[in-house]
Amino acid sequence: MQALWQNPVLRVGLLMAAFAISATALVSLTEKNTRQQIASNEREALLEAIKVLVPADKFDNQILQDTLTLPTTAAIGTTVPTTVYRARLNGKPVAAIFTVVAPDGYSGSIFMLVGVYYDGSLAGVRVISHKETPGLGDKIEAKRNDWILQFSGLSLDNPEKNQWKVKKDGGQFDQFTGATITPRAVVGAIRDALVYFEANRDKLFANVEDKS
Amino acid sequence: MSIYTQIIQDGLWKNNPGLVQLLGLCPLLAVTNNVINGLGLGLATILTLVASNGTVSLLRHTIPDEARLPVFVMIIASIVTAIELSMNAWFHELYLILGIFIPLIVTNCSIIGRAEAFAARNPVLPSLLDGLMMGLGFLFVLVLLGGFRELLGSGTLLADSHLMFGEAARGIEITVIEDYRGFLMALLPPGAFIGLGLIVALKNVIDARHKARQPKTVQGLAGAAAS
Repeated sequence: MQALWQNPVLRVGLLMAAFAISATALVSLTEKNTRQQIASNEREALLEAIKVLVPADKFDNQILQDTLTLPTTAAIGTTVPTTVYRARLNGKPVAAIFTVVAPDGYSGSIFMLVGVYYDGSLAGVRVISHKETPGLGDKIEAKRNDWILQFSGLSLDNPEKNQWKVKKDGGQFDQFTGATITPRAVVGAIRDALVYFEANRDKLFANVEDKS
Repeated sequence: MSIYTQIIQDGLWKNNPGLVQLLGLCPLLAVTNNVINGLGLGLATILTLVASNGTVSLLRHTIPDEARLPVFVMIIASIVTAIELSMNAWFHELYLILGIFIPLIVTNCSIIGRAEAFAARNPVLPSLLDGLMMGLGFLFVLVLLGGFRELLGSGTLLADSHLMFGEAARGIEITVIEDYRGFLMALLPPGAFIGLGLIVALKNVIDARHKARQPKTVQGLAGAAAS
């Protein structure tokens, strides 16, 4: 044993292994201890995000439970199954809130939560996560800029479908100074989401058996 | 001069990680397009530097010399990940603000640089102070560069400060130049390089002036004594 410890290769190897194990243990312990709290933070944030899109007094159902799992849908850019939240008032459909992904952001995909009222008009749009350039493309966040708020109330007739572009492309939405790709991706994805909603409205609100 | 005074002077000025060692340029140049971003990254860096310096210094007799760099990398990466997860869980609001900066810190070589150059050979207390001072020095450069680029690029200072200090701080934003059309280059990476270059030059000028004024007496006397 003593001889083994004197072999420098073995000694360094063992010490490194010990460090690797402790480092991994530290990370996995932290992950384990924080997982539940992070999940509950995220659930709470989700409910808050939904209420921002569809005011709480417009629906009366348990919206986090009244969900539909949407398989991967190319039309709205999702690459994994996503969840649709349905807002209802007295059992009547009010709005659907679903995830839309703009795959063509400046640096990677832009994830958005889009709320659409039953009549096809937008309740609102919020960016959930993105990797756009700080200071330029990140103006799509509601907390940094009002840009994303302009979509509330719009629909495929207002403006006309071919106007759903940034101004640089001949549409009616502003781009940002120094960032055109980001708003172009967002506007395109919202338009696609509205087209998708129009074609699949009944499917999105279909009642599924109560899972609980 | 005590070792602590020297650590403070080194971190803040003489051996400033951003201006002299030129370490951590990747996050330094990437996020400093306004003051608040610089402040956020600076605070997150201080936290990590203190934690990693402390840990490395505590373990300095255990870490095998031949394999110290991979061990430092493991220590820093696991600390950063643990900080990120804990902040996400218990300081969720703060995480939403600083969260994007924390993964960037792993790419900051000034952290492994301090582990190697200082913490691995010094006791815990000086190492903690070194981490704090190097972090403060880095924060100073981040805020200065952020202010320079924000002023030149968008004509404001402290925009988005409500993201860091809450809604009450929304009014802090100073519009220095009314109706400013913006100077995009300052906000893009070239502006970061040019701005940093100017700040480094300014520091060198200040140092040179200082040197030219002070040592005349000291060196002159020393010279006279020698001759």
